Amino acid sequence: MSAVTQDDLVRFVYREARLLDEMEFDQWLALFTEDGHYWMPGEWRQTDPRLQASLMYEDMLLLRIRVERLSNARTFSQKPRSRCQHVLQVPQVDEMDEAANRYRTYTPFHYVETRGDEKEWYAGWARHELAVVDGALKIRLKRVDLVNFDAPFGNIQLFM
Amino acid sequence: MTRYRGNPQAIRDLIRPTEVHRDVYIDPEVFQLEMEHLFANTWVYVGHASQIPNPGDYVTTEIGRQPVLMSRHSDGTIHVLYNRCPHKGVKVASEACGNTGKFFRCPYHAWSFKTDGSLLAIPLKKGYEGTHLQEKEAVKGLAPVGGVHVYRDFVFARLNPVGQSFEEFFGDALSSIDNMVDRSPEGKLVLEGAPSRYMHPCNWKMLVENQTDTCHPMVAHESSAGTAVSVWEREAAKGGRKPMAVEVYAPFMAPYEFFEKMGIRVWPNGHGHTGVTTSIHADYSAVPGYMDQMVAAYGEERAKRILGENRHNTVYFPNIMVKGPIQTLRLFKPIAADKTLVESYTFRLVGAPDMLFERTLMYNRLINAPTSIVGHDDLEMYERAQLGLHSDGLEWVNVERLYEDGEEPDATAVINGTSERQMRNQFQAWAKFMTMSMDDATAPAKSGAAA
Ligand code: FES
Ligand SMILES: [Fe+2]
Repeated sequence: MSAVTQDDLVRFVYREARLLDEMEFDQWLALFTEDGHYWMPGEWRQTDPRLQASLMYEDMLLLRIRVERLSNARTFSQKPRSRCQHVLQVPQVDEMDEAANRYRTYTPFHYVETRGDEKEWYAGWARHELAVVDGALKIRLKRVDLVNFDAPFGNIQLFM
Repeated sequence: MTRYRGNPQAIRDLIRPTEVHRDVYIDPEVFQLEMEHLFANTWVYVGHASQIPNPGDYVTTEIGRQPVLMSRHSDGTIHVLYNRCPHKGVKVASEACGNTGKFFRCPYHAWSFKTDGSLLAIPLKKGYEGTHLQEKEAVKGLAPVGGVHVYRDFVFARLNPVGQSFEEFFGDALSSIDNMVDRSPEGKLVLEGAPSRYMHPCNWKMLVENQTDTCHPMVAHESSAGTAVSVWEREAAKGGRKPMAVEVYAPFMAPYEFFEKMGIRVWPNGHGHTGVTTSIHADYSAVPGYMDQMVAAYGEERAKRILGENRHNTVYFPNIMVKGPIQTLRLFKPIAADKTLVESYTFRLVGAPDMLFERTLMYNRLINAPTSIVGHDDLEMYERAQLGLHSDGLEWVNVERLYEDGEEPDATAVINGTSERQMRNQFQAWAKFMTMSMDDATAPAKSGAAA
């Protein structure tokens, strides 16, 4: 791929959210590098996903389990199924380091997850750490900080 | 209409030896009476001493629905006080935790209280000259709860000033806390990591019951643990060692025979635990260096005994569950008949390798969090139960599995791990502590009352 532009990064973040909204989870998983992580901190300005408490800290194995589970015949918490929608601010580009192959964006968002007659709103900030792998942008780390990370939530079943 | 208030017999009638009436889960009056009686007569977990290491530190929480605060006084003692200003009722401490310095100061009119609750000062004191304030309860300051007991840094309180002693209430059940603490080479735990908080639209007792329900994992968790196992089987072909996360998930899919063999132990007053001989925590990989630390601290024989004990879930009646081998504690906080807040706490074993705490946090995240797929399985079942119990088709919930005629309530026993004995044990205790301080307004006057 030719040099990554700001536009490429913005388009990537939008496309990622759209794949989630359209429940194209396999395509979504393909956006991650094999050592990629999805992280949802459980503490304010958390720095350590291992020795501080998180809501999620998932490697590809755990993400695949989640995705596979969503369509399993005996996944009772997905009868009926959940759906979701993202509303994103324009992603801000925090870093474009071609030499280090590191690109970082920051995207405030609102997110709705619905199941049956219930509808829950969440708001937060998504930080993407991207790299070019085999000519395509991939996610090394998607970090999702919720505004109210410490609130008592019900089931959060999909991905923000 | 009140059916249960002042009617202890009606409360007792809700519990049969092998059945529980649905009102125990869905009736708002029963819930209100639980708050007034059950949560007043039992020793309820408040917090851990490591949350308030320094004088002036405090934590706010609830016992039942009573707002309380736990504070560290200047002399090092721990106090549990009602979080209510004796002047006009304002909650004195509003944050989850903090340090108040030498005193609590009410934000409304600045009455202030020492960290043991006693009244320190009232502004413009001369306004009370010649009044009767000295005779009022208000001058005593923040009211203490009925009793406080700190056991190996676990703080319990009883709202009612009279009742069973701490030792009598818990008895041998304390051995599960002992084992969790002894797993630290220094014999010390610290509560660390933010609690996971998880809201459940169901009755709090469903969660407590589930802790010793060993017939549900392989059914309800097929979707999470089962999928984890099958995805891992595919990945494993690529080589590499079994990840910690798979070690955490996989045992939830253990077959019935495994749970039958691991056993359940019940103790008097509603306490009990699964995993007597072995448990879903028994097969985790060794943590490098840990055994050596334990042997150095306790000697080989004792170290092996401590780590050989792998209790699964210990229920401390009424509303906590402790997992010694993984160092977590879950607190089931009742909010309404159909609403419960679950707080899951993680402990670090002082002096032990970080990897143990990493596993503790991972366990909490993968099994107990609102983002946990195993948690999703369970909550779905509680929600369906809470809805289903409103059906008028049947009034009783069945807890008869492996019931034996003449089963003694309030006895210590070890039985088949798939027994519902611990659930029966809890409900016997429930009826006992619910009615312990209940006046019988329905009893015929004088001698006619049945014993
Ligand atoms: S209400 Fe607390 S000082 Fe008045
Ligand atoms: Fe479960």
